[in-house]
Amino acid sequence: MYELRGTTKQYRRGKKTVDALAGIDLTIADGDRLVIQGPTGGGKSTLLQMLGGLDRPTSGSVELDGTDLAGLSESRLTKVRSENIGFVFQSFNLIPTLTAQENVETALVPLKVKARERRERAAAALESVGLAERLGHLPAELSGGQQQRVAIARALVKQPKVLLADEPTGNLDESMRDEIMDVLDTMWKEHGLTFVMVTHDSSIAGKAPRVATLRKGRITVKENVNS
Amino acid sequence: MFFTYLRRELRRRRKAALVVASGLALGIALVIVVSSVSSGMEKAQGKVLQSLYGLGTDMTVTKAAQAQSATGERPRFQFDARGSDSDEEQSSDRVMVQGFQTLASSTVTKVGAQKGVSDAVGGLSLQVVKVSGQFRRGEFQQDQQQGGGNQQGGGPGGGQQSPQGRVEGGGADFDVNSYSVYGTDVTEPDLGPLTSSKITSGRTFKTSETNAKVVVADSSYAKEKKLALGDTVTVKGVKYEVIGIATPDSGDAAANLYIPLKQAQTLSDSKDKVTTIYVKASDSQQIDTVKSTIGKNISGTTVTTSADLADTVSGSLSTASDLASNVGRWLSVAVLVAAFLVAGLLTSSAVSRRVREFGTLKALGWKSGRVTRQVVGEAVVNGLVGGVLGIALGLGGAYAVTAVSPTLQAELGSTGGGLGGPGGGAGPGGGGMGGPARQTASKALDVALTAPVALDTIAIAVGLAVAGGLVAGAFGGWRAARLRPADALRRVE
Repeated sequence: MYELRGTTKQYRRGKKTVDALAGIDLTIADGDRLVIQGPTGGGKSTLLQMLGGLDRPTSGSVELDGTDLAGLSESRLTKVRSENIGFVFQSFNLIPTLTAQENVETALVPLKVKARERRERAAAALESVGLAERLGHLPAELSGGQQQRVAIARALVKQPKVLLADEPTGNLDESMRDEIMDVLDTMWKEHGLTFVMVTHDSSIAGKAPRVATLRKGRITVKENVNS
Repeated sequence: MFFTYLRRELRRRRKAALVVASGLALGIALVIVVSSVSSGMEKAQGKVLQSLYGLGTDMTVTKAAQAQSATGERPRFQFDARGSDSDEEQSSDRVMVQGFQTLASSTVTKVGAQKGVSDAVGGLSLQVVKVSGQFRRGEFQQDQQQGGGNQQGGGPGGGQQSPQGRVEGGGADFDVNSYSVYGTDVTEPDLGPLTSSKITSGRTFKTSETNAKVVVADSSYAKEKKLALGDTVTVKGVKYEVIGIATPDSGDAAANLYIPLKQAQTLSDSKDKVTTIYVKASDSQQIDTVKSTIGKNISGTTVTTSADLADTVSGSLSTASDLASNVGRWLSVAVLVAAFLVAGLLTSSAVSRRVREFGTLKALGWKSGRVTRQVVGEAVVNGLVGGVLGIALGLGGAYAVTAVSPTLQAELGSTGGGLGGPGGGAGPGGGGMGGPARQTASKALDVALTAPVALDTIAIAVGLAVAGGLVAGAFGGWRAARLRPADALRRVE
């Protein structure tokens, strides 16, 4: 479970200070599915990075299961990321020289999983996203949708508690978008994940049970009764 | 995963990898060529020094020659004007100690007893000048108007009317032959001047031939004088049997003829004297210590080591050696530093292009150390590829130098004395000639340059390759380690 209290994040841009997050209070329960919306520069990606332990708040706290991520050392934070948090990025962020299977394996490297088990788990993860036939393909040999499936498999292969997705369908066409959303929904349901997704897409937001909107660093959360 | 990732990345960036490896290869090849050529120079210098010293000699002890007066000990050749009908050939030879003042034979024992000295033997260097020839009387030519035929010249004859005419022809025809003789201690065949030569015909001295009338001739001298085994060489009236022909290992021989030390001492009236003491140190690393011990305990002597002699080498060998050790070394250092910098900058720039990649890996939970190891690993492999290329290139260069074997000339500023040229022809009625004007003789030797590559050099090259990789990796690794995943991911958005 996430508990954010009075979380702020300021950036310096030249002589100016920009408030990316201006005091966020937010609770995300285990197994929750939250969609974050808002205009560009509103602080969506910054909030996601705070949740993922990729960045630290300027003030306030970001607690995951009672542990304030802001107070952890870099190595502890790295460990939390490697064990508990899966990321899916808008531009897939696959290693271009590694095959689909090897890309998925990179998520298991910090967990010191033996090579053979790594290969097996990666193959199973790819099979679960419908890419059993593409294990040996390089990212350049896959379509955008397939690349994002590889990225989803990479995020889920370590069986994390949390899945954070930053515009996962932003680079995909409509049919691919639906395909990927189906995969993500299935995974969320099957794995009992806490799923936080940033998106500009209103149709996706419309299906989410909770939608948070970030404007100028301030958050408002709405329950979606129609979902 | 480490090796798979590394291999794939190097393959993807093979052009950049080749540039880095080529730069390092060039630097490493230069280091190999320069160090092997330097080693060839040292070998060449060693050969040159060996021609002076012989094998096994670490230093020599001499007594520096004093300046001689113009007339002092110059040899004089006295020839009589023989009877009026004599055209008999006359000859005279002078045997002189060459170059140095003599040391007492007891000094050899004294030097041998010094701490750190393994062995010491004495040698006596002599110069023999032989003048041989004959006088020819002139003939008196009487003027035709006076009548009368030719009349033998000479003093004015008696008679009332003195014949008018002139003396034609006459004079002297003398040949000057100068050669060097070295008195060697036959009881110590492993040390001394003969060790710089190999006996190519006949035999060397037996240890029992301490005062035998036997001679070993230098091959060049034997050829010039048409000497063969069993022939006889006469020095100052003493006949010596040629028992062996010695060919120097390189360059010139120490002397034209080698005879037992006692014989040399007798010939030059230098009983119990030597000019040079050849010293072998117990430990080749302690030569300087032994040198100072001898210099301190035996006053009035000059101790010369191979290193001292090396300083006297000049000529193209010296110039090339200076070039190799100065220009070559600095050029290698400059190219290596440049190659290291280029490798570092290219690796660093490669990290900049892979910011998203490394940011993603860090987001997935890769520690900074693991990412840095990946970058350094790639750079080290690049360095090793450069090392292999550089070693191949360097070996090729060294092989080419050895194959071409450029000839270098070494001039040795000898500490020995030499004879001046003959002062001029002897006039009728006898006379002298200029004695041995003391001068600093120089010895010019041609030495073929080789470039032997030692295993040490290869080890250094491998070390440089790894170092180059590590330097490059340090540049890139430092950047990768400082990368914060949020910044890395934000920068590509």
